[in-house]
Amino acid sequence: MSNTGAELAAEAVHKRYGEVVALNGVSLRVAPGVRVALVGESGSGKSTLLRTFNALTTVDSGRVRVDGVDVREADSVALRRRIGYVPQDGGLLPHWNVRRNAGLVPRLRGMSDAAERADASLIMVGLEPSRFGSRFPRELSGGQRQRVAIARALAADPDAVLLDEPFGALDAITRGELREAFADLSRRIRLTTVLVTHDLSEAFALADRIVVLRAGSIEQDAPPAMLLAQPATPYVATLLSRAGIRT
Amino acid sequence: MNLVALAFVTYLAAADSAAKPVVVASKPFGESYLLAELFAQLLEARGFRVDRRPGLGATEIAFGAVRSGDVDVYPEYTGTGLLAILHETPPGDRGAVYRRVAAEFRRRWDARWLPPLGFENTYAIAVRRATSDSLQLRTLSDLGRRGGHLRGGFTPDFIGRPDGLPGLTGAYGLQLAEVRALLPAVKYRALADGKVDVIDGYSTDGLLARYDLVVLTDDRAFFPPYEAAPLVSGSLARRAPAAIAALSELAGRLDVATMRGLNERLEVRGEPAERVAREALRALSLTQDTAAHEARTSVRAGSLTAYLWERRATIAAQTARHVLLVVIALGCAVLVAVPLGVVLERLPRAAEAVIRGVALVQTLPGIALLAFMIPFLGIGVVPALVALFLYSLFPIVRNTYSGVRDADPGAASAALALGMTPAQVLLQVRLPLAAPVIFAGIRTAGVLAVGTATLAGFIGAGGLGDSIVAGLALDDTRMVLSGAIPAAILALLTDGVLSLAERMATPRGVGPEVTARVHAL
Repeated sequence: MSNTGAELAAEAVHKRYGEVVALNGVSLRVAPGVRVALVGESGSGKSTLLRTFNALTTVDSGRVRVDGVDVREADSVALRRRIGYVPQDGGLLPHWNVRRNAGLVPRLRGMSDAAERADASLIMVGLEPSRFGSRFPRELSGGQRQRVAIARALAADPDAVLLDEPFGALDAITRGELREAFADLSRRIRLTTVLVTHDLSEAFALADRIVVLRAGSIEQDAPPAMLLAQPATPYVATLLSRAGIRT
Repeated sequence: MNLVALAFVTYLAAADSAAKPVVVASKPFGESYLLAELFAQLLEARGFRVDRRPGLGATEIAFGAVRSGDVDVYPEYTGTGLLAILHETPPGDRGAVYRRVAAEFRRRWDARWLPPLGFENTYAIAVRRATSDSLQLRTLSDLGRRGGHLRGGFTPDFIGRPDGLPGLTGAYGLQLAEVRALLPAVKYRALADGKVDVIDGYSTDGLLARYDLVVLTDDRAFFPPYEAAPLVSGSLARRAPAAIAALSELAGRLDVATMRGLNERLEVRGEPAERVAREALRALSLTQDTAAHEARTSVRAGSLTAYLWERRATIAAQTARHVLLVVIALGCAVLVAVPLGVVLERLPRAAEAVIRGVALVQTLPGIALLAFMIPFLGIGVVPALVALFLYSLFPIVRNTYSGVRDADPGAASAALALGMTPAQVLLQVRLPLAAPVIFAGIRTAGVLAVGTATLAGFIGAGGLGDSIVAGLALDDTRMVLSGAIPAAILALLTDGVLSLAERMATPRGVGPEVTARVHAL
């Protein structure tokens, strides 16, 4: 697991849903192996931006590239199999057991060692395959389910991983545990990562760079220390103080 | 050589007539059953093979089947032909009415009215003797004047026909407090039990005597002549003139008294139509006394269990036919409705319209649907299957559509996001998760189909509906039960089997049985 991953880039991206502007000319480059957090309130466009990288959202104008290739010209199914994805609710298939869920992407990619990869990935997120492998999602706690979702996203050695509020639905204690586990994991495998969160402290704990979005535009794009030292706008400053990170 | 050719042609002709039995049908009331049985036995005595289709649901169905050639002959009444089918007013006396229908039916539909059997069976508006006494009701004019507070119970046919209630209202100024649609046999019970006060009967009904009812005189001669006669398809007239000759032997042989006596044996004493007809033909010297004498006096006595046991072969055959109808129709419905539901899930805009269209079929009364299909599909098994199929679609389409649409949206979108193709999402995620809902739809459709399949009795398709229709027509509760009880058991069995299938189709991890095993981290 030495992959440092793909380069993700959005160039002057616009997206609207009817009258609602979701992305209003956003440009962002995520270098290989860099972990970026997209932060903002609901409706800021952070999830929409995230979903452009695996072609779940098609942009109205502008360009989205993965390793220099325009996603509109890429085979979206093949692209998605190279990019891990963790939604807020985990999105586990309820009728598949843990091992089968974790092995989904390796099997879709026709990897002959799919079962081994699934087990290795489960161990990586702290779930013993012999104990959890044959359980079904509803036989797991919320935290365990998110761990399986992360294992599933990483099992096929992806070029990048996209996380959409992955810990948002968990209670505070579990969220803290999972955040720590994920921080530890992401230190071991340097992988291009985009994390959507409305929780600034989570962004500070997990990201190399924080991008603050507001109403479809980037308010500030800076490393955590820089964001803390020099909030670019009063809005960013307010966010920081509201999160209790800066007074 | 010529001889060989001749033998071959003769063989073909024989094979053809052997392959094509004469189809004898009736409408769903006692006298019609009895006359049809008379026709059938007479034809058999003259060497024809006969296919009996008794109890066709209504005039439209029976006559529609004669038009389409699916039925060769059934007993009909000239007045009904004139008013209900030709929609004309009576041109004069009964001779004029007969000549009119005979000429018009032949010209328009190539159908033949054979010479009348010798009796008239007109509508008989009847009340309880007590009602007649207390209100001084003797004639329909009396009823028009003093019957305003009474409640009527009439056959649906009578309520709608111009020679029925609407015409009666005009001729006698009749206004009843309430009018209910009742099946022929039910209405006698309803009248006897005081649930209604006035009913429409037939003047030759045995039940009029059984319940001691008073028939009001048609003092303004409103009802046209209803002479009974065999109504024959043109196809029979061409392919088997000898059959026409055989049926014509009955011309003028049955007078009102004879017919009333036969109806009474059938409807009041509960003798089987087969025996009453056999003895009537012998009494008329139309057949020889050759059949084996079974001196069974199987009238309306003995326990229900004994009766059911006695009829076990019939019940088994009807049940088998019933199951076959349901299985084939339901199977076809599944093959069509499940893919349709899946496709509709991809076309949300068309979906609502299509599903509403399928639901509309559901609201059509069974008899109306069957009558509507006769010109295209005739009578018998095919239209029954088509009707059952149509009725089964809605629950399956709707459940497939909503089951697939609502199947764990989080799981489906995550599967797509991780690189499943839309087809893989459908086959590996949505359909397995929707399976319990789809099977619930199939289960609903199956139980409904078992009930609806009793309608097959109205179009000669067989099944348990035969016993129910015949039992209702003959006012024979045990016969009704001999169809209704197996049908109810069949519905329960269907529900049980399909609920088992539903449970087996529920993937592990989704069913309710695993909820207890939640483990803490």
